[in-house]
Amino acid sequence: MDLALFWIPAAVALVSTFLVITRRNAAHALIYLVVSLLSVAVIFFVLGAPFAAALEVVIYAGAIVVLFLFVVMMLNLGNTSVMRESRWLRPGMWVGPAILVSILLVTMVFLLSGLPDPGNTKGDMVGPKAVGNELFRPYLLAVELAGFLLLAALIGAYHLGRRYLEQRREP
Amino acid sequence: MAIEVPVEQVLMVAAGLFLLGLLGVLVRRNIIFLLMSLEVMMNSAGLAFIAAGAKWGAPDGQIMFMLILALAAAEVAVALGLVLQISRRFDTLDVDAASELNG
Repeated sequence: MDLALFWIPAAVALVSTFLVITRRNAAHALIYLVVSLLSVAVIFFVLGAPFAAALEVVIYAGAIVVLFLFVVMMLNLGNTSVMRESRWLRPGMWVGPAILVSILLVTMVFLLSGLPDPGNTKGDMVGPKAVGNELFRPYLLAVELAGFLLLAALIGAYHLGRRYLEQRREP
Repeated sequence: MAIEVPVEQVLMVAAGLFLLGLLGVLVRRNIIFLLMSLEVMMNSAGLAFIAAGAKWGAPDGQIMFMLILALAAAEVAVALGLVLQISRRFDTLDVDAASELNG
C-alpha cells in the first residue's frame, strides 16, 4: 500500500515523459513536461524531501518551463500564429494532462490526509531547516560557485539575446 | 510522513526517466525537444540524489539537487539564447542545420 503511493506518481512521471519526447508540437510537449516535473515533485515528497519538492515545483515547473514557453511563443511571431495557437489549444489536448494531473492530485490529497498505517512510516523526513544548516556550513563554497555559474549564465544569455533583438529591429 | 521505499526501486525509476531523456536526445532533431530531454535527464539525476539522501536520512541529497537545479537554470538560459540565434540564422530549429563549424 505504501509502495503504491510511490509507484503511482512514478508511473505518471514515466508516462508523461514518454509523451514529452513523442509529441510533434512543442507547446503540447511542454504541458506534458510540467506534468512530469510535478509527478517527480510528488515522488520527492513521498521520499521525505518536502523542500526539494517545493523547489521542483517553483523552479523547474514554474521558472524553467515558462522560459521554454517564452521562446516557443517568440519563435512563432507571424501572421499564422493566432490560427496556430487556437489549433494548439483546442480542448481535446487538455484531456491527457488533466487525467494525469488528477491522478497526482488524488495521490497528494491521500498523502497529506495522513497515511493509513503510521506503523510502516519512517519518521525521518529531512526538512528545510536541516537542509539550510547543511547548505550554509559545509557546502558554502558550492553555493558561491553556483552563484558564479548563474552570473555567467546571466551575462551569456543577455549577450546572445541582445544581438538577436538588435538584428531583428534593423529592417 | 516519509515512506520507506527501497532505494533500488527509486533508482529504477530514475534510470527509466534518464533513458527516456537519452532517447529523446538521440531521436529528436528539433532543438527545443533536445533541451527538454536534457531537462528530463538532469531531473532524473536529481531524483537519484534525493533517493540516496532519503536512504541515509541526510540533507546532502537535497543540497546536490539544489545545485543541479542551479545548473539546469543556467544551462537553459544560455541554451535558449542559442536557440534564438539558430532560428534567426538558419530559419529552422533543426540542429543538423547547425552542424558545420564555419565562421
